Amino acid sequence: MRITQGTFSFLPDLTDEQISAQIEYCLEQGWAVSIEHTDDPHPRNTYWDMFGQPMFDLRDAAGVMSEVASARATFPDAYIKVNAFDATRGFETVRLSFIVNRPAHEPGFALIREEAAGRAIRYTIRSYAVERPEGERYP
Amino acid sequence: MTAATVPVGSDVQELLATLDAELVGLAPVKTRIREIAALLLVDRLRNKAGLSAGSPSLHMSFTGNPGTGKTTVALRMAAILHRLGYVRKGHLVAVTRDDLVGQFIGHTAPKTKEVLKRAMGGVLFIDEAYYLYRPENERDYGQEAIEIMLQVMEDQRDDLVVILAGYKDRMDRFFQSNPGMSSRIAHHVDFPDYTPDELLAIAQLMLDQMQYRLSDEARRTLAQYIELRRERPNFANARSIRNGLDRARLRQANRLVDADGTTQGEALTKEQLMTIEAEDIRASRVFDQSETAEGSP
Repeated sequence: MRITQGTFSFLPDLTDEQISAQIEYCLEQGWAVSIEHTDDPHPRNTYWDMFGQPMFDLRDAAGVMSEVASARATFPDAYIKVNAFDATRGFETVRLSFIVNRPAHEPGFALIREEAAGRAIRYTIRSYAVERPEGERYP
Repeated sequence: MTAATVPVGSDVQELLATLDAELVGLAPVKTRIREIAALLLVDRLRNKAGLSAGSPSLHMSFTGNPGTGKTTVALRMAAILHRLGYVRKGHLVAVTRDDLVGQFIGHTAPKTKEVLKRAMGGVLFIDEAYYLYRPENERDYGQEAIEIMLQVMEDQRDDLVVILAGYKDRMDRFFQSNPGMSSRIAHHVDFPDYTPDELLAIAQLMLDQMQYRLSDEARRTLAQYIELRRERPNFANARSIRNGLDRARLRQANRLVDADGTTQGEALTKEQLMTIEAEDIRASRVFDQSETAEGSP
């Protein structure tokens, strides 16, 4: 099951050229671009691991693209996303974020039913990937 | 990726004309820029004709004596290459050894990479580049920075241009101990010393920028001053001239205040405020032939 999230979640995966163009836009706006990765696809997994430090004072997307390439080489089977942080007063938040890498095979989610008090059923989801420990989830 | 600007013949001509007007002398440098501009035009024409046009390597090394304009030209090079369409953004990141080399194991690589990332799309200017390599300390981290740079200079030629600058003899030694660096730099440009006439023209240009002018007598004295100054140790070409002019301005100010007896200067005309007289230059210690001290003239 293909995980989507972030700014372009409704689109097919971006090509490198499109990623580069998006980063170019972010840098034009003066946003600091950073890269994060995770191997837990749960939608509530908000805090991903940083890949290197956020990149400040960049002028050209080539610098970020080389970092994306090195993140892909390090974590070929992980989700990698690019974030653009806007430090403008009033925003001070991530303005744009999109996935640039995903595992070759995404097993999807199981629906888990929990029988609670009084015949109530609680539902939750759990990715098949997280059945294995961190770092071994996408063999 | 496409270049940000699309230069046409006239644009390049205009660029070279302003360069000629604003930089005195430096014939080898101007020749090299002209060649690069010509290469770009030819490459574009070749592209149109369906011939292959590989992206040329533009890494440069500027060597020369102190004060010959290495830094000035490097600062302009970014703008020039941008106008010519070689670099996408045309900004210049000026760094020295401290910005590239870390202080402990594992510190250098991230530091160097960050600088390189910042320079992408523009020009990375490394002043006094020979400091990167310190043969006397075999555990020096400079070598690591050099290796990382070499890789990027080779793999991402389209993304950034690296300019190394330094004094001739030290840079020669630097390249001898780093043959890989030497061979990856396509343009070794040597900045010649300025002739006395060129130095005078530079002085004139500096004075114009500062809105001063020389009296006729002062011009002759300045020519003499330049002749004498050139003979002295620690002569640093245009930098010495700038310093000499700064001191002449000090003496001019002192003379005006003395003559008037007041700092208000109400009696001083605009003409007086602008003019540097011969005596302002003549007072320099350079003219004092008998003096033995080696301090500032």
